[in-house]
Amino acid sequence: MAGIAEIRPKEGRRKSPFRAALEKAAKTIVTVVVTMLGLLFITFFIGRVMPVDPVLSIVGERASKEVYEAAYKALGLDQPLIVQFFLYIRDVVQGNFGISLRTGFPVADDIRRVFPATMELATLGTIFGVLLGVPLGVLAAVKRGTWIDQIARVIALIGYSMPVFWLGLIGLLLFYGILGWVGGPGRLDIFFQDEVPQVTGMILIDSLLDGNLEVFRNALTHIILPASLLGYYSLAYISRMTRSFMLEQLNSEYIITARVKGLSERAVIWQHAFGNIKVQLITVIALSYAGLLEGSVLTEIIFAWPGIGSYITTSLLSADMNAVMGGTVVVGLVFVLLNILAELLYQFFDPRAK
Amino acid sequence: MTMIPQPRQGLRAWLLTDTPTSRTHARLSALYQSWLSFRGNQMAMFGLGILVFLVFVAAFAPLLAPHDPFTQNLLARLRPPGSAGYLLGSDSLGRDILSRLIYGSRITLYIVTLVAIVAPVVGLFVGTVAGYTGGWVDIVLMRITDIFLAFPRLVLALAFVAALGAGIENAVLAISLTAWPPYARIARAETLTMRNSDFIHAVRLQGAGPLRIIIRHIWPLCISSLVVRVTLDMAGIILAAAGLGFLGLGAQPPTPEWGAMISDGRRFILDHWWVATMPGLAIFTVSLAFNLLGDGLRDVLDPKEGSQ
Amino acid sequence: MKPIRHMLFGAAVAVVTGLTGLTAIAATPPNMLVIANRIDDITTLDPAQSFEFAGGDVSHNIYNKLVNFDPANLDAGYGPDLAESWTVSKDGRTITFKMRPGVKFASGNPVTAKDAEYSLRRAVILKKTPSFILTQFGFTPENVKDTIVATDDMTLRITTDKRYATSFVLNSMTATIGGIVDSKVVKAHAVNGDMGNEWLRTHTAGSGPYVLGSWKPNESITLVANPNYYGGAPAMKKVVVRHIQESSTQRLLLERGDIDVARNLNPEDIAGIRGKPGLAVDSELRGRIMYIAFNQKNKILANPKVQEALKYLIDYKGMQDSFLKGQYVIHQSFLPATFLGAISDNPYSLNIEKAKKLLAEAGYAKGFSVGIIVREAQERLEMAQSIQNTFAKAGITVKLTVGTGKQILGIYRARKHDIYLGAWGPDYPDPNTNASTFAWNGDNSDAAGLTGVLAWRNSWDNPKITKETEAAMIEGDRAKRAKMYEATQREFQKVAPFAIMFQKIEQTGRSDKVKHLSLGGAITAVSYWPVTK
Repeated sequence: MAGIAEIRPKEGRRKSPFRAALEKAAKTIVTVVVTMLGLLFITFFIGRVMPVDPVLSIVGERASKEVYEAAYKALGLDQPLIVQFFLYIRDVVQGNFGISLRTGFPVADDIRRVFPATMELATLGTIFGVLLGVPLGVLAAVKRGTWIDQIARVIALIGYSMPVFWLGLIGLLLFYGILGWVGGPGRLDIFFQDEVPQVTGMILIDSLLDGNLEVFRNALTHIILPASLLGYYSLAYISRMTRSFMLEQLNSEYIITARVKGLSERAVIWQHAFGNIKVQLITVIALSYAGLLEGSVLTEIIFAWPGIGSYITTSLLSADMNAVMGGTVVVGLVFVLLNILAELLYQFFDPRAK
Repeated sequence: MTMIPQPRQGLRAWLLTDTPTSRTHARLSALYQSWLSFRGNQMAMFGLGILVFLVFVAAFAPLLAPHDPFTQNLLARLRPPGSAGYLLGSDSLGRDILSRLIYGSRITLYIVTLVAIVAPVVGLFVGTVAGYTGGWVDIVLMRITDIFLAFPRLVLALAFVAALGAGIENAVLAISLTAWPPYARIARAETLTMRNSDFIHAVRLQGAGPLRIIIRHIWPLCISSLVVRVTLDMAGIILAAAGLGFLGLGAQPPTPEWGAMISDGRRFILDHWWVATMPGLAIFTVSLAFNLLGDGLRDVLDPKEGSQ
Repeated sequence: MKPIRHMLFGAAVAVVTGLTGLTAIAATPPNMLVIANRIDDITTLDPAQSFEFAGGDVSHNIYNKLVNFDPANLDAGYGPDLAESWTVSKDGRTITFKMRPGVKFASGNPVTAKDAEYSLRRAVILKKTPSFILTQFGFTPENVKDTIVATDDMTLRITTDKRYATSFVLNSMTATIGGIVDSKVVKAHAVNGDMGNEWLRTHTAGSGPYVLGSWKPNESITLVANPNYYGGAPAMKKVVVRHIQESSTQRLLLERGDIDVARNLNPEDIAGIRGKPGLAVDSELRGRIMYIAFNQKNKILANPKVQEALKYLIDYKGMQDSFLKGQYVIHQSFLPATFLGAISDNPYSLNIEKAKKLLAEAGYAKGFSVGIIVREAQERLEMAQSIQNTFAKAGITVKLTVGTGKQILGIYRARKHDIYLGAWGPDYPDPNTNASTFAWNGDNSDAAGLTGVLAWRNSWDNPKITKETEAAMIEGDRAKRAKMYEATQREFQKVAPFAIMFQKIEQTGRSDKVKHLSLGGAITAVSYWPVTK
């Protein structure tokens, strides 16, 4: 996981608030653009050094030399690298990520289809992670050193240490195969497919918009298991970080002062200590959320979940670089935006930064 | 008078002194005191114990393993744990799982060592140089760090492996190369707090060059927080290597790498659960050990705790 | 030890949780067939371009061909489909098809010889990967005006550049590329002279039993019954093929009744569902051949004694009876069983002593080191490891290189491997499809770039065998032709740097309600229209 957004040293000279804000916005935009360009640059050149031949992905094993060369030209691979790169950038700026070699569809369409699926999963996973992880972390910090703390630690460490595909398959076997409590792999039962019009691409939301509760319930039975699994991993991280933050607060002077003043323990913990770590927690949650967006490849494979993680991975394995670059840009953009959001919140709320 | 031999007590007293006589003396003394406080942490000691055991198993693998890890026996495949000659069962080619786990511990150690060497060093270098030099060097280096940070990690690792060719070294290298950005950020943050401190000024006045200052004076001070971070990340790294193995890009067969063993065994999970579960438990145990150790080290080495 | 499911069941019973039972509805609707399969290889549905397994399955149910197989009787060979009958000219070069009257496309347009003319010409002119199946008869974009001609609405005449076995020509017409498209509809969707290639990628315009409902790449493909189908509307109104990667996942879905058919179960999962109430297992011999090949650019591997030794260093039977159980059968010649001219001689078996003797004679008594490249796929990895193990018994050290399919294929096509382990599936149901790639090599130079030819990829050039395959290709007498292939294969077994090992058996798990599902055997694709349940 990435570090917390850092506080940059303050500029020495005072500026008018308006100008400062403007400069800040400009700086942020430049950062985003530079980062995105860098992402594209690296992905592009990774694509070119990969020993996998993209042409073979199109024409297949039996292709004759003639067919092969026609496809090679059609992909523009006969042009100099630098020209290919600039052509690519030009297209991306216009919102055109090119055609996926593997699915044959425009990459933008593919991403529009797979990204909401992952987002739905990651969002629900993060909600689980936060709802359980934060209280667990607070509890562990308050009861530091007791058996409660140790249990919380073990729960989190198991989350850190368990191979996801192992846990995923066992979970599927138990809750779906044997008990039948949850829906199987995939996003919906087969008869519910294409029942609700696609608006956001997130079935839970689309079915509510459509007022179709049956589809909503079915989607819920399908998502609950993979989301819990991701939620567990996010819980592990969030609970550990919460514990650390809380301990720092609980040891600080003002908490001691508050206790001396005779405030109730509950008020001390939840109003004072917890109130102060909210901002840091937002950063952690944002990062863990970004992690789930791209890090759930194996979960997606096991649960036959058509998401962006497995989309990028399988594309990479078949040298479908348009798809990989498109996917990377989208995931990278979300990551950068979340980071900026966290940094803004940090600077906005943090008393020290004011 | 005590019965403990003089030199030993002398050593202990020397280590616990309040008035160190030299810089080395002071460092050793600090180290020993940390060890004492670390020793009090049972969970951490438990973790350390597991890791010591792992090293032991790896070192004496040929003596401990009941079978050759590569010998196949197609007539004795998928034997359950406890069958004659196969304490933990056999896999789909009839190889003894226990022996493979024992030999696999060497590979796990190898992964751990390699990552521990590459990732923090890269991060340390980038972070301290950026932090100490400042200016445009800082801006450029940190932008690069941000780019790598924003990169989907698995994509980066996959791409590296695909480009370099599948194999355990390349997998580990790829993972290390994706793991350094957070370390760079930590190292930079630490460097920033130190850059204008009195002792660095003093060193600079003595005429030390920037490289010397970074390597001799800043690095040692950054290491404790990095060690904590790396230990905590180690579990994730073993799992990431296993994940690459799951996608067929990790260790090459017939290497008994634990992740690859799980990925082999996942096909049989419904009827022959042990094939995937045994290596799963091994990975779980080792990463648990690293986590316990990391938690303990954090308490000892990193008094700020929450600041990562 | 009890299987894990029992243990888990115990645990589950013990665990009392507040989770409400959200049991999904089991069993699929009676007029809908739900299949789990790996369909991530589909990139287009255009019959002139589609060339992968899953695409062939879809196409087979959407497009009719001039001649086709009867799924209920595959052994009978090709029979009439859109062509009711045909005649062959004296010189054997011209075939005249009489179209079946009264057949309509799904759009309602009548199927005419003009559509057949357009479809076949289109496949030649577009020059996509599978076009060689037609162009091997001398059709070119320039000459199709004269060689593929609809003389009237009901008559199509095709003329090949020389005499070929009629069975060879007609067998080739049953491949996906022989699918007849609705020329009116396709022409209406042509852009920039692409003859509708882009539109047909995601849409269909056929006369077969099904039309495309929807296609979500890597997710699912839905077929809907075509009410206009000349054979009568099929019983299954809807067929859904879901992309499910993992065998375990497919098995769980099948056991829960959420799918009717699971097509990628591994031997362990097949064994697991065998005998379960309500489920059945089918085994069908398919055309895929599993082989290893020795690159003749490698000096050691070019030694005939070494090649022979290596063929004796493979544990064919051990593999067949263990991890390949039920899914591959020993088969050591390049024509799959059920093909014309196929033989069942399997002269090689594991014989380490004999191999050692041969190696000693070749001057490698102490063995040597060699690399095997193999694609990342479980059964192949296991075969590779088994071979690595048996090679080692004669002192041969094997370094395995595992990569993604495209990566390994790239090395193989560039002739940069030592030994390749992989599979080959026939492109069309005629012996020439495999003979022309395993045995024939027209030009062994690097510059020739015959990358589609396996003999070329392994730098193997045997002029005698090349001549034999060319002769068999044009032999008009069926029985004589079969004899020629038999002789060539026996020779090939002795001298070729290929150790052909196994033929694929596809094992399908299905609900026992599903009846009459034919996967197409070794010669064609799956047929959904006869299915009932």
